Amino acid sequence: MHIVVCVKQVPDSAQIRVHPVTNTIMRQGVPTIINPYDLFALEEALRLRDRHGGEVTVLTMGPPMAEDSLRKALTFGADRAVLLTDRFFAGSDTLATSFALASALKKIGEEFGEPTIVFTGKQTIDGDTAQVGPGIAKRLKLNQLTYISRISELDPETGSITVERRAEGGLQVLSTRLPALITMLEGSNEMRRGTLEDALRAARAEIVTWSAADAGIEDLTRCGLRGSPTIVKKIFSPQPRSEKAEAIDTTDLSPDEIARSLMGALFERKPDLETDLLHFAATQFDQEVGHG
Amino acid sequence: MAEAPNKPAPAAGAGRGGTKKELPEHFKAYKHVWVAVEVEHGVVHPVSFELLGEGRKLADKRGVELAGVVMGGSDEAIAEAVQATFENGADVVYTVVDPVLTHYRNEPYTKALTDLVNTYQPEILLLGATNLGRDLAGSVATTLLTGLTADCTELAIDDEGSLAATRPTFGGSLLCTIFTLNFRPQMATVRPRVMSAPEIQPGRTGRVVSHPLGLAEDDVITKVLKFVADRDTDKAQLPYADIVVAGGLGLRSAENFQLVKNLAAVLGAEYGGSRPLVQKGWIPSDRQIGQTGKTIRPRLYIAAGISGAIQHRVGVEGSDLIVAINTDPNAPIMDFAHLAVIGDAVQLLPALTEAFRKHLSVNRMAG
Amino acid sequence: MSDVHFDAIVVGAGPSGNAAAYTMAKQGLNVLQLERGEYPGSKNVQGAILYAKSLEEIIPDFRDDAPLERHVIEQRMWTMGDASHVGMHYRSDDFNEEKPNRYTIIRAQFDKWFSRKVREAGATLLCETTVTELLRDASGKVTGVRTDRNAGKVFADVVVLAEGVNGLVGQRSGLRPEVAPENVALAVKEMHFLPREVIEARFNLKGDEGVVIEAMGTITDGMTGTGFLYTNQESISVGIGCIVSDFAESETTPYGLLEAFKNHPSIKPLLEGSECKEYASHLIPEGGYNAIPELYGDGWLVVGDAGQFVNAVHREGSNMAMTTGRIAGETIVWLNRRRDEMSKANLAEYRKRLEETFVMKDLKKYRKIPHFLEANKHVFTLYPKLFSDAAQAWFRVDGTDKWSKEKQIVGSFRRSRSVLGLVGDAFKLARAWR
Ligand SMILES: Cc1cc2nc3c(=O)[nH]c(=O)nc-3n(C[C@H](O)[C@H](O)[C@H](O)COP(=O)(O)OP(=O)(O)OC[C@H]3O[C@@H](n4cnc5c(N)ncnc54)[C@H](O)[C@@H]3O)c2cc1C
Ligand SMILES: Cc1cc2nc3c(=O)[nH]c(=O)nc-3n(C[C@H](O)[C@H](O)[C@H](O)COP(=O)(O)OP(=O)(O)OC[C@H]3O[C@@H](n4cnc5c(N)ncnc54)[C@H](O)[C@@H]3O)c2cc1C
Ligand SMILES: Nc1ncnc2c1ncn2[C@@H]1O[C@H](COP(=O)(O)O)[C@@H](O)[C@H]1O
Repeated sequence: MHIVVCVKQVPDSAQIRVHPVTNTIMRQGVPTIINPYDLFALEEALRLRDRHGGEVTVLTMGPPMAEDSLRKALTFGADRAVLLTDRFFAGSDTLATSFALASALKKIGEEFGEPTIVFTGKQTIDGDTAQVGPGIAKRLKLNQLTYISRISELDPETGSITVERRAEGGLQVLSTRLPALITMLEGSNEMRRGTLEDALRAARAEIVTWSAADAGIEDLTRCGLRGSPTIVKKIFSPQPRSEKAEAIDTTDLSPDEIARSLMGALFERKPDLETDLLHFAATQFDQEVGHG
Repeated sequence: MAEAPNKPAPAAGAGRGGTKKELPEHFKAYKHVWVAVEVEHGVVHPVSFELLGEGRKLADKRGVELAGVVMGGSDEAIAEAVQATFENGADVVYTVVDPVLTHYRNEPYTKALTDLVNTYQPEILLLGATNLGRDLAGSVATTLLTGLTADCTELAIDDEGSLAATRPTFGGSLLCTIFTLNFRPQMATVRPRVMSAPEIQPGRTGRVVSHPLGLAEDDVITKVLKFVADRDTDKAQLPYADIVVAGGLGLRSAENFQLVKNLAAVLGAEYGGSRPLVQKGWIPSDRQIGQTGKTIRPRLYIAAGISGAIQHRVGVEGSDLIVAINTDPNAPIMDFAHLAVIGDAVQLLPALTEAFRKHLSVNRMAG
Repeated sequence: MSDVHFDAIVVGAGPSGNAAAYTMAKQGLNVLQLERGEYPGSKNVQGAILYAKSLEEIIPDFRDDAPLERHVIEQRMWTMGDASHVGMHYRSDDFNEEKPNRYTIIRAQFDKWFSRKVREAGATLLCETTVTELLRDASGKVTGVRTDRNAGKVFADVVVLAEGVNGLVGQRSGLRPEVAPENVALAVKEMHFLPREVIEARFNLKGDEGVVIEAMGTITDGMTGTGFLYTNQESISVGIGCIVSDFAESETTPYGLLEAFKNHPSIKPLLEGSECKEYASHLIPEGGYNAIPELYGDGWLVVGDAGQFVNAVHREGSNMAMTTGRIAGETIVWLNRRRDEMSKANLAEYRKRLEETFVMKDLKKYRKIPHFLEANKHVFTLYPKLFSDAAQAWFRVDGTDKWSKEKQIVGSFRRSRSVLGLVGDAFKLARAWR
């Protein structure tokens, strides 16, 4: 079974600063990390491989330095890494990104075997659109399974798969046929620590690096800025909430008194909340009162 | 949305996504503002009403109609939703009714919506940034090869009549305004709770246009085996909770976390915590709140002993009312909390639990 | 894993480890470098000033692509009173030379860059891999290391310990005693971000010119230590450090000291309106020459901070780290070429070569300083106050004639410290320096 996991290198949101004057990202010293959501996808892929055999390929589109993230993915135990990098990709929006990745996935299929499952993370922490996964699925006609919290059954032979999907207000149990595109829900697993062997292999591994042409992309107008129907016209930093949290006065008050004044302040700001809580209470405390 | 948005887009005429408005002829026919109304099990997701409210404004500004799209398994199943859509301001409702659409599935819903768009040609199409909306929007936009701005927090019409969609980027450190100038429809998904629902207009009705799905159950590969509603499970439902109580390292011990649970119980709230608690094994990972945990948007969020690191912050900022209990008046959380108690959570949580219990039980009997 | 064997293993990817790994890899040795941090530099703290010379000797054209912040054109030495400072500034346009001599850097980026060079030279680097112990054969010769990863053993002819000041591996393996608290300073440091233009206006700089402020005085609350403030391109590094054993006796916390330093009327305006993004603390070995541990043995060498190679008075460490790393690398290459054993006897060559460098010469020259400062705390308390009072008396124009002012100043010095004491201090200090 061949599994491909799309991972993106993103700036660590914790470290991002905005230039107070020019309002642009101050990239100086902002470390990059693997998009945290993608690690859940990668770990799930590795588990499937360990259980059913096969290979895991990680794929990223980004600048040459995105290689670091790919190597990192290899230290966790991925078998192969593909870096899709080309100046033509600069400024891609989700449509252009999914086009480029879908093209690379086709090429990967030809070179290293058709993927049975393509994983993406739920979303990125910089783009944060959760659209690239569905975009890839549509372009490659893969059965789309988003927000998956658990893969309960998978049979590579018959190509059937059953998953639990986080839907609005409930859990959907879905069954479909492979090949499929799965976007993994956060918190659904814990990333492993690779062995020293994995780490050594990763450090020396040859990263497959493709330009647009290598990935078999002819129509460059579908890539990067030119291939992006959306255009970012304006960037600005959010109005910083000037006023800090209003602190409840605690001077020589007992915890109980503080608690009461907090509750007061709280209901004052949200009267509707109080009403609803009383409704809730009505259903809750009955038995309780009954007892005593 | 475009990556590295801090790079200014190059001058006009740059292929598809030119920065100048040069709308191709065949798109000029595209008119009206549409909202895809999210119905699951007969219930309309609140975000759909918020979108109708916003859509109304956009439609009026453009001087066009506001339409709602309602899809479902049977006329009965969507009857209420259709009525509600009118009462929330729609002039037209497009319906696609077919047993295949009983439960949400990407394949048939994508076909239904893309067919409608291609037939009736809206200029703006809005969906909720819910799991369903995000799942559907991505497929539809890719099929139509048009622009989609995800997770918007603000919508407007600029002087040229184009949709200006504003969304956070880089983990909320920046906002950017994004346009789809030369493609139609202009698509956007909008986060729940950022826009307010409109005034209901009881009895308001309008034109209903129904459209066939043209897809048989056998053509759909993905099957829904079952649906487990959240109310029937005791698993963490943080993303949908109305009230969330959370604890952090400030609680100092796993035992003390019980204090958080107690308060949550009284409020019928969900409970969660910061990442270190998961790493220490005080709480299961599906209760981690923040960037690599759950993103929550409750009406009330109480954070006890949480410093409010950026990765935690981005997961809770959407909350209507944030209350911080922290010994450190300078903890970062004070920058985004609304109410704060500077004090020991270990003392205050029990007191607060008691205060609520009293207040609620008493007034419940009074009322 | 036990099948894997390298010519050399380097523990740590700081300046010393990188210098050693680079030197050996460049000469074609099969080198494995292990770093516990997420990436090289992720765990490292430094002011930081880079001294070009030592790096030049390893990578002559480093200026082409190394992430340098600003080249230093002005040095300010401040003796600080509670609300004042007496300063000596030296600024010269000569420092705007084609190949400047000192740069401010940000360690995280610099270490990353250096590490890239090391990998390009052919060494293998594993991050997030902590060496837990040295492996030895029956004869006690070091044969490799054990890491915290599963199946984590790996072997080599020689292990270079570039693990920094704590030197836990070396300690655990009994190569050297625990670092004595009077021989290390604990330094805390913050990065304050400001737009480029603001920094340049505030410090009267153009382009990539930079300023360095080194400060001593009442800011260390009577403890042996110094504070510093360096200008980077879009940020300012500010920090303060004192000898650990002093902290142990004193009430003040390192963070408290830094807060006070930042709020000192002479410093505060320089940081005005900045956003603090990073807080870090780190140890600096300051025991000097007398604290240098055993530097080599059967199958192992020690370089950089792990060998206590820091000149505290001039805040030189990374340069000594790089030079010791380079010399260690060269020694190993030399032995490797001659097919010689990496035995204690043969590795003695490392120390022999070190003696010929500025590292050993400087540390020898200053060997008495640490003790002097430790034994004469009033250097940090009394003198700053006296200087400050003196300056104030001198500059304040209040109708007092200059004769009386001089008397008054000299008097105040006498009252606080006997003539003998004054002369003695000067004498002792001079001797310690020589
Ligand atoms: C890539 C990445 C992803 C991450 N993702 C997440 C994430 O999803 N969610 C998350 O939460 N973190 C995440 N983190 C970790 C995050 O950076 C912080 O380390 C974490 O949120 C801190 O948790 P905390 O506030 O509980 O602990 P601390 O930061 O230690 O804060 C403890 C707080 O409790 C206060 N306190 C102490 N005693 C008391 C008392 N008696 N009463 C009241 N208050 C007290 C202290 O003043 C302090 O403010 C992530 C980090 C990285 C690098
Ligand atoms: C606040 C401060 C300011 C300073 N300012 C200056 C200055 O301006 N100029 C200057 O020249 N020097 C300065 N120094 C000193 C300088 O930083 C050090 O001398 C220099 O970093 C020493 O380099 P090193 O490679 O020996 O040790 P380090 O830089 O500490 O590198 C050691 C590396 O080994 C890794 N490591 C440790 N243990 C293990 C293990 N068991 N397994 C794997 N990896 C391990 C660590 O993660 C680290 O990356 C300053 C120091 C401090 C703290
Ligand atoms: N440039 C990229 N390279 C590889 N994978 C990507 C890239 N951009 C997005 N993805 C994948 O698509 C998912 C959703 O991204 P987004 O739509 O930006 O939120 C991510 O979690 C990744 O798995």
